Amino acid sequence: MARMKFLLDAERCIECNACVTACKNEHEVPWGINRRRVVTLNDGKPGERSISMACMHCTDAPCMAVCPVDCFYKTAEGVVLHSKDLCIGCGYCFYACPFGAPQYPQAGNFGTRGKMDKCTFCSGGPEADNSEAELVKYGRNRLAEGKLPLCAEMCSTKALLAGDGDIVAGIYRERVVTRGYGSGAWGWATAYKESAGT
Amino acid sequence: MAVAALMLAAVLISVGTTPAYAQATGGAPPVSAGSINTGERPLAGITDSNDAELLRALKGAQGQVTIQDEKAAVLIQPQGRDWRAAIKGPVRVAGAWLVLGMVVVLIVFFLMRGRITIDKGFSGRTIARFNGLDRFTHWLTASSFVILVLSGLNISYGRYLLLPIIGPDAFTGLSLALKYAHNFVALPFMVGVVMMFVLWVGHNIPNKYDFQWLAMAGGLFSKGAHPPSKKFNAGQKIIFWSVILGGAIISVSGIFLLFPFYFGDIHDQQLMQILHAVFALILISIVLAHVYIGSLGMEGAFDAMYTGEVDENWAREHHNVWVAQVKGEPVPGHD
Repeated sequence: MARMKFLLDAERCIECNACVTACKNEHEVPWGINRRRVVTLNDGKPGERSISMACMHCTDAPCMAVCPVDCFYKTAEGVVLHSKDLCIGCGYCFYACPFGAPQYPQAGNFGTRGKMDKCTFCSGGPEADNSEAELVKYGRNRLAEGKLPLCAEMCSTKALLAGDGDIVAGIYRERVVTRGYGSGAWGWATAYKESAGT
Repeated sequence: MAVAALMLAAVLISVGTTPAYAQATGGAPPVSAGSINTGERPLAGITDSNDAELLRALKGAQGQVTIQDEKAAVLIQPQGRDWRAAIKGPVRVAGAWLVLGMVVVLIVFFLMRGRITIDKGFSGRTIARFNGLDRFTHWLTASSFVILVLSGLNISYGRYLLLPIIGPDAFTGLSLALKYAHNFVALPFMVGVVMMFVLWVGHNIPNKYDFQWLAMAGGLFSKGAHPPSKKFNAGQKIIFWSVILGGAIISVSGIFLLFPFYFGDIHDQQLMQILHAVFALILISIVLAHVYIGSLGMEGAFDAMYTGEVDENWAREHHNVWVAQVKGEPVPGHD
């Protein structure tokens, strides 16, 4: 079975934020929550790079390890999902996540957090595939429909790739060979403890 | 290489002198050929095997985002792994050893020494030791501390001890309730610590009797041995300052956690969580000893915080200087 991964090629990202918008629209993500974001480093300076970042669905996921109520699970495709029924909104996963993926709705005054929300690799949650309950809590389940995550699917420069890790790494390696240098497959070393090629 | 850099510089300079770009480059700082080269392809030659290497090449993980969440501008924080390693490793293990170790020590102490009795027995006469405000402050702090400890230990150890027994749904229900309890009961605890400090700090300044008390280990291990002491002996002072200093660290770090990202960034939050857990576990261990000696471990001790009146014989054995001062008698050792 495929091991699903995201790969962001910073040489191609043009900071159009279409991935962010597509994600929010596809999953009806509430206000204040961003499952995906585009971070621009060295904005306006030589060497500016933009990187679209979301949950990387780590191999040894820190969120899973630190969750006090053990609400995370990993699918057969290597996607890290969680149960909003079990989450208590403690915020530990945000402290542990290298990528800042977990998001919390403001549940009350001050810092009271609601149930955590994060990128599902467009594959829903523990509820039945494409059920109403799943749609409301976690958004669309595109994987169950045989589709890949919308952010990557509609990326105009194909900076963001999503799919079987071996295949996206292969595409990236081809690019690196063609253009003669790498730009870093963002987060791969941290998330998967492996290189996508040089 | 140098030739390529010079050519690149020449191209940029010619672009800079083009009228259409004049405004854009007007305020640009002068750049050396080297920085243009690295600026053009900052990541050329870097492999993607190491995120830290990439972040260094781009001078840090702090970027800019168009969404209104400053936290989102941190691209990668690999320190999250250090935090995870700390709380899942040394903090959890050492905390368990501290707390369980103290329980074992107390059990062994009880088996060896038994309950420390009043040598001369109850006299039947009592002396006022703690007034209503003292006792209110003590029990306010104590009861909130118990709730904080149980809810805190549940967050740290419940996944391993309780979750397998009661199942995920019940455990989440309980943990959610305990999370709210922890957040709200924190306030009375902090109030209690501040009140304790104000009420009792005067009696907890170290004095000469403390050295004697410590030299004799408080007479804990020898029957009939009672070092002189004022209102609080050195052991009690250790408890007092542990609660005040430990309570202060736990309160401040707890406020950081209660109001996430109000006072610090992600690294401050991680540091505060570790401080919170470490000092809480240390304080739990110390307070266990306090609870033991104030109840099961010593005859006559519990009355001090229950009725506020202690037996005169108990007071003379454990706090002889204080009794003499209260009763206007000559201070022992100063006749």
